[in-house]
Amino acid sequence: MKLHTLSAHELAKLLIGREVSSEELTKKLYGHIEKTDGEIGAYITLTKDIAIEQAKKADKRIKEKRDIGQLTGIPIAIKDNMCIKGVLTTCGSKMLGNFVSPYNATVINKLRENGLVFLGKTNMDEFAMGSSTETSYFKVTGNPWNTNFIPGGSSGGSAAAVASDQAILSIGSDTGGSIRQPASHCGIVGMKPTYGRVSRYGLVAFASSLDQIGPLTKDVQDCAALLEVISGYDPIDSTSLRMTSPDYMSFLNKDIKDIKIGVPKEYFIDGIDKDVELSVKRAIEKLESLGANIEEVSLPHTEYAVATYYIIAPAEASSNLARYDGVKYGYRAKMESADKGLLGMYENTKKEGFGMEVKRRIMLGTHTLSSGYYDAYYLKAQKVRTLIKQDFDNAFKKFDLLVTPTSPTPAFKMGEKIDDPLQMYLSDIFTIPTNLAGLPAISIPCGVSKNGLPIGLQLIGNYFDEGRILQAAHAFEQSTNFHRKKAL
Amino acid sequence: MNYETVIGLEVHVQLSTKTKIFCGCSTNFGASPNTQTCPVCLGLPGVLPVLNKEVVQCAIKTALATNCKVVEKCIFHRKNYFYPDLPKGYQISQYDIPVGENGWIQIEIDEKAKKIRITRVHMEEDAGKLIHSENSRSRVDLNRAGVPLLEIVSDPDINSPAEAYQYLVSLKQILEYLEISDCNMEEGSLRCDANISLRPVGETKLGTKTELKNMNSFKGVQKALEYEIVRQKNLLGKGEKIIQETLLWNANLNRTESMRSKEDAHDYRYFPEPDLVNIIIDEEWMSKTRRSLPELPQARRGRLKNEYGLSDYDVEVLTIDKNVADYFEECSKYFPNCKMIANWITGDVLAVLKDKKININNLNVSPEQLGGLLDLIENGTVSGKIAKDVFLDMVCTGQDAKQIVSGKGLVQLSDEGELVSIIDKIIKQNPKPVSDFRAGKQKALGFLVGQIMRETKGKANPQLVNKMLREKLS
Repeated sequence: MKLHTLSAHELAKLLIGREVSSEELTKKLYGHIEKTDGEIGAYITLTKDIAIEQAKKADKRIKEKRDIGQLTGIPIAIKDNMCIKGVLTTCGSKMLGNFVSPYNATVINKLRENGLVFLGKTNMDEFAMGSSTETSYFKVTGNPWNTNFIPGGSSGGSAAAVASDQAILSIGSDTGGSIRQPASHCGIVGMKPTYGRVSRYGLVAFASSLDQIGPLTKDVQDCAALLEVISGYDPIDSTSLRMTSPDYMSFLNKDIKDIKIGVPKEYFIDGIDKDVELSVKRAIEKLESLGANIEEVSLPHTEYAVATYYIIAPAEASSNLARYDGVKYGYRAKMESADKGLLGMYENTKKEGFGMEVKRRIMLGTHTLSSGYYDAYYLKAQKVRTLIKQDFDNAFKKFDLLVTPTSPTPAFKMGEKIDDPLQMYLSDIFTIPTNLAGLPAISIPCGVSKNGLPIGLQLIGNYFDEGRILQAAHAFEQSTNFHRKKAL
Repeated sequence: MNYETVIGLEVHVQLSTKTKIFCGCSTNFGASPNTQTCPVCLGLPGVLPVLNKEVVQCAIKTALATNCKVVEKCIFHRKNYFYPDLPKGYQISQYDIPVGENGWIQIEIDEKAKKIRITRVHMEEDAGKLIHSENSRSRVDLNRAGVPLLEIVSDPDINSPAEAYQYLVSLKQILEYLEISDCNMEEGSLRCDANISLRPVGETKLGTKTELKNMNSFKGVQKALEYEIVRQKNLLGKGEKIIQETLLWNANLNRTESMRSKEDAHDYRYFPEPDLVNIIIDEEWMSKTRRSLPELPQARRGRLKNEYGLSDYDVEVLTIDKNVADYFEECSKYFPNCKMIANWITGDVLAVLKDKKININNLNVSPEQLGGLLDLIENGTVSGKIAKDVFLDMVCTGQDAKQIVSGKGLVQLSDEGELVSIIDKIIKQNPKPVSDFRAGKQKALGFLVGQIMRETKGKANPQLVNKMLREKLS
């Protein structure tokens, strides 16, 4: 049996029934990783010793029928911007190329408590800045469907790992689409929960008011199960939601009769790929055929979302990344002489430690926050952000969900956009608005392009309404076969 | 030309909360470098701040005690700059919405009251410390990083170095009464920067200011300002312009010195801290805090004067330290003569504290014990002079006055029969002073009394000796 190709909920049955052990499953995955990751490049670091030990513990829990969760014993890959104690956490950057975290992120603790098995840390765009995983200092990651193409980003490694069966589940982070866009490009499920739903403690910050951790999985049921494990109030994250998370599994296997779904007309624009448009339209028809009420809606400020995002995210990033100065940890430039002093050390460290895209955003953010420009850029962007949020608030007065393409195109070729940042930025045009608003959204497979690359459908829900998103996504998935299509 | 001096002071006070402002690390002073740190105050990748509510509580108290308006919704900003003692590359501080603004405190200057307006009271985190070693290397100690600070900024209402000094004394008193800081300038728990400018008398526009830093005592602030006034006057007198700059006070050379070249308007790129949420200070929190405020120095001075009938001087001295005033009031429960208590505290007690460099709370003599000593004076058991020695004994041993007096046989000699024979003996031994006195030389009496005191090892009741001697010689 090809264990590694199964979903988590399928494997959980085998584990509980003790037909397979977590240790066996974990070793099987490492065997598969050894064979395929040379070509894919999903992982930066493998944590085999930790994984085998965790797998043994999980097996013991299962054997003793003690603290068994839905995902106990399931191997998971973790984006390399979440801190695991004693493990390299590079953020895809030379700057943190030697940084071993002395503490665990909250989400890591939750995964541990639930008995998941950590396979390794996955490749990503440097500091999560990018949409193709090409800005990683360490390697490029190939799209498992066709390795000449990018897997999306910034959680490209996490998406590719799951799509290539090199992990059963993975977690990523989503600041402007970094979970959903790669999920869409790799033909898997990816969800960005409501801002504050999952603790950010231990997630290396890119843009604090936008960052959110979420699951990347083979299907919607796994997504619900993983979301349940990682979400919940965390007293050490002040922006964490003070509410208990619902039982997400209870939203599965329900029909979607009379659910009102809005189709924002601003998301079907010129320049959208024909295959994407066609697949998404068919998916909308499918939802309608399942009983949903479909109606067009307008989100008039959508066109400003990308511009707004590229003011706010770099501004926060310029401040968040200031700490990488060579003083305390991480990369420090070698100084030929001391005569350049502290300033020289700072300059060379940042010059050598950061890549182009990170430098570009730090400069953008530094500029927009500087005195004389703050009002025109940052403050204005915050106002537009409020307008974008109001668009959604208005839409959700009438609709339960909104449906859109996840990305305007399928995965593009490696190298195609890396020198054209504006083109690159546009690949997140449909995912960015929900980050600005703080809303939850999912990407699920809804088709394959003519050249054989997957296409994603985005469902956006109201605040805290991940349940309804999962409900509709699951209903759609149950009546289609896109999620069963395999990359390899 | 005559110039008016305009001074504004910026005081940073370290709060004596148990833990830091955004993490659970201890704030104790003097631990080995980097032992009071955690991922949060080290600024490791991925960490997040959680606000210590106790800090907000201290800030509200201070804002109320300085008559500030307390905001209902308070936010933090990031102040971005690079320095090795600043682990995150930004300081979490407050910017356009401080916790308190538009307040004032009253100072006494030349026996007149003057109000100094307070611009703002805001919360922020302290930075770490650099330890420079000789081989041109510097080490970083982040124990202090994240220790809570309040910044208290005055309006430019201060018009002389003496007023600045008084302002600092009054402000420190208030902070001590609130018990939110130990206000120790040597340990850096209270720091003061000064902005100073001159303008021709009558002019309403402010002159170009300089900022003075690095003063490590209130007197230092006063001296630095005095120096700077002279310096600026000289420049203006010569028709030169004042350069807006930051100057460091050099306490060894008693002069201000320009900081190395460029300070060209730092751009701190303030923006709202996205990792923290708004702090809502509701009416309940406010009124609860208001109720918890202790009696403040000014109010206490008034009350001590009225309630105990003390002089302005006594009240002033007693209230400089809240604990001293507490000691006084406690003592008054055991001994009725308040004036006498005040005299003793402002005299012998404070002298001992100064000598031993201790706080009154660490004094070995309780208010009740002091009351006991004063009782012995009042009922004539010991003389005031002997009592001073007894007090010093009490400070050393912690024993009650009675114990010491009886143990050392220091009870005052007030028995007239016993005294008569001693007086007779002294008169016989000193015919010259006796005749001098009889001839009208009053001084001679003092000599004779002294002889009697010596004979009795100071135990004779001086008033009684005086009286008896006069009777004998008349």
